[in-house]
Amino acid sequence: MIGRKMLREKVERRDFLKVSVAATGGLLIGFHFPGISALASAQSSGQQVATDAFMPNAFVRIGADERITVIVNHSEMGQGVYTSLPMLLADELDADWSKVGFESAPVDPKYNHPAFGMQITGGSSSVWSGLEQFRQAGATARAMLVAAAAQQWNVDPASCRTESGSVFNGTRKVTYGQLVGAASKLTPPAQVQLKDPKDFKLIGKPIKRLDTPQKTNGAAVFGIDVKMPEMMTAVVARPPIFGAKMRSFDDSRARSMPGVRKIVAVPSGVAVIADSFWQAKTARDALRVEWDEGAMQNFNTSEMMQNFRDKAKSPGTSVRKDGDADGALSNAAKKLEAVYEVPYLSHLMMEPLNCVVDLRTDSCEVSTGSQFQTVDRANAAKAAGLPNEKVQLHTTFLGGGFGRRANPQSDFVVEAVYVAKALGAPAKVKVIWTREDDMSGGWYRPAFLHALAGGIDASGNAVCFRSRSVGQSIMAGTPFAAAMLKGKNYDPASVEGLDDLPYEIPNIAIESHQAEIGVPVQWLRSVGHSHTAFAVECFIDELAALAGKDPYQFRRAMLQKHPRHLGVLDLAAQKAGWDKPLPKGMGRGIAVHFAFESYSAHVAEVSVTEDKVRVHRMVCAIDCGQYVNPGIIAAQVEGGAIFGASAALFQELTFENGRLQQTNFNSFPVMRINECPQIETHIVDNHEKPGGIGEPGVPCAAPAIANAVFAVTGKRIRRLPIRLTEAV
Amino acid sequence: MIDFSVNGKRVNLDVDPSTPLLWVVRERLGLTGTKYGCGMAQCGACTVHINGEAVRSCVAPVSRAVGRSVTTIEGLSPDLSHPLQRAWIEEDVPQCGYCQSGQLMSAAVLLREKPSPTDEDIDEAMTGNICRCGTYPRIRRAIHRAAEMVAKGGAR
Repeated sequence: MIGRKMLREKVERRDFLKVSVAATGGLLIGFHFPGISALASAQSSGQQVATDAFMPNAFVRIGADERITVIVNHSEMGQGVYTSLPMLLADELDADWSKVGFESAPVDPKYNHPAFGMQITGGSSSVWSGLEQFRQAGATARAMLVAAAAQQWNVDPASCRTESGSVFNGTRKVTYGQLVGAASKLTPPAQVQLKDPKDFKLIGKPIKRLDTPQKTNGAAVFGIDVKMPEMMTAVVARPPIFGAKMRSFDDSRARSMPGVRKIVAVPSGVAVIADSFWQAKTARDALRVEWDEGAMQNFNTSEMMQNFRDKAKSPGTSVRKDGDADGALSNAAKKLEAVYEVPYLSHLMMEPLNCVVDLRTDSCEVSTGSQFQTVDRANAAKAAGLPNEKVQLHTTFLGGGFGRRANPQSDFVVEAVYVAKALGAPAKVKVIWTREDDMSGGWYRPAFLHALAGGIDASGNAVCFRSRSVGQSIMAGTPFAAAMLKGKNYDPASVEGLDDLPYEIPNIAIESHQAEIGVPVQWLRSVGHSHTAFAVECFIDELAALAGKDPYQFRRAMLQKHPRHLGVLDLAAQKAGWDKPLPKGMGRGIAVHFAFESYSAHVAEVSVTEDKVRVHRMVCAIDCGQYVNPGIIAAQVEGGAIFGASAALFQELTFENGRLQQTNFNSFPVMRINECPQIETHIVDNHEKPGGIGEPGVPCAAPAIANAVFAVTGKRIRRLPIRLTEAV
Repeated sequence: MIDFSVNGKRVNLDVDPSTPLLWVVRERLGLTGTKYGCGMAQCGACTVHINGEAVRSCVAPVSRAVGRSVTTIEGLSPDLSHPLQRAWIEEDVPQCGYCQSGQLMSAAVLLREKPSPTDEDIDEAMTGNICRCGTYPRIRRAIHRAAEMVAKGGAR
């Protein structure tokens, strides 16, 4: 989500062992939180829980009952981290996988993301950033268990081996659970040997997810499911226009409605607090609020896009300049200009925003599906008027995140704290956003325009590529602004995927115009790549057509120095049968893209009938380096392709007179099962450094589909969502 | 008083009869496996059974359940033994998991009515259930797998 290259360098410099050891010892307390911890849930379900446990570091607890609990510092929002990160630890530990469970980490600096310096889930970085951390934690625990067993047997630890949760020496065997007491007395070793990858038992295998059973019987607890005795529920009336301020409200009808406890102004609007959601919601709808509509009351997205088009006519801030793109353009044998446009998008997680706050006079506990624990805790503390250490945040399962639950202002958390404060401590309250509230609440993927120009020489080789991007910055105002924007007059997230254009073209100019608009925007799954890949990969396709070349071969020729791009491109083309003819009315499109340290290529097969595009098949190739769980990777790539296809085919947020025009699934559709193509995922097997997987499946979907539409119709799609009437 | 049964247990509640069944199930009965997603029968996350029929509980007033038998995800089986739950686990279907209760409840009606569903049957029965994570390919596989289990007599 943030400058990966920069952070990647930082994380590689980091001495993981130091981190791991620094987090060791003296930490045997602090992991149990009422209502949330595995201990509490096990107790409430009557299971036997070990009273003594071995905690060699912050990431693992081994019970006398043999249970191994991996404490995971990343949020589970569907991407599988509650399985893949425990796999890393359990493999090094030689644990019995059937005894392995997970627990969400509390907010504590020892759980900071090693690259980002805070607790966060984003940037498709959980596995690559946790790889060493979790392996070290497992190996350290294993070494201490072996040392404890060796001491007991009075043998050399080197003569012991471990397997499936036990230490062996000759014919002797002792289980990890039996060693808990002895191992707890030992000092963690300063250095541990990690496994040779050929000895991995779990890493690289399609291990079933640990969270599936509780997600098939309704037991999994999401933020919206958190229950506390005497908890009230609040629904908030928020401004209908961004920047509007509440002038006055009339609650004469609402306050006498059943179950209503309090109606009160909070900084974000007017909170209606009741005994239950439905009562709060019904009363909220009966409120009459007068708003000062403010500067955005005449805002229209159609005018905004016209302004973007005008802006793109002049050069922007230079981001990358190879050779002389403008000069080469004027001398090109054939040239082409094309403007690509994408709209605002909503994250539209299935679980609408919500947050539970238990506010007491001197402390506060927040329970919610957060991707941004450090920031959310700090913002909650500030709102509560309490020091950070008096505020704890319990991370529940996230019913989808896609970036929305890492809000730079912690909007949904801070608001809930203010609602609790309005009730007065002690107060327990859950704020639930309706779907309409969630969609209207802002923090969208920004709308963008990319004006592209390119030329080819007489032999059909691309000689220049120029892009001018126009859109809002998502990094401004975030904790990453200082690191990301320093010394630049552009936001790297606006041009990621453009600035690292891999194609061998001698003259390249990448330019950026930043737009200042009062619509709150932030990262959405695959961030800048969600729009730059569409522009780049459609335009390269257009240049191929201009050169009279096959779009796959045209790309190949320009990627000869990029073997991993080429690898996925070839794999997708080969598995899709690129050269095999398709029935009339059907066509194929191809796209390749690098994002989040992984390489991805898609081939889409579509049919076009009158006004409808139907995607029949998507063949996806992914190279994410050394991989941990191919089952989860396939799921993420499939899901990413569907996420990208939904945006390409259906999704657009528009504003008229400052008011959002789409507020639920009926006007902002998501791909449904009857529209879902057959999807194949092919994973490149290598031992390169691991890359991300949650986001790289998204960017290629839109350009592959749009290019396939061209293959069928001979017409180009330059605006999303795809409307055949707009094809040129 | 509103009198009906949920997962085989009789309940008798003092609740406004126009309240959507979803919120009664979640907040009064504490059965939070049934999810809120849209409030307008668009996404299917709230799907439950009333007398065996799939119903979007976010728009069904609780009065509709009076004298009837409601089944929620918690009542699909006591022990994850329903063939769909077993197939869901074998195919590793869920990602974030939020929509899966509704998916399973819709699939359960499909499987009862069409023990060997075709892809078209699946499309028709499941099109009202949105999954934002994109688990559709695995949902499809899991339904076929569950159908095979039933055919082989593996079902309860």
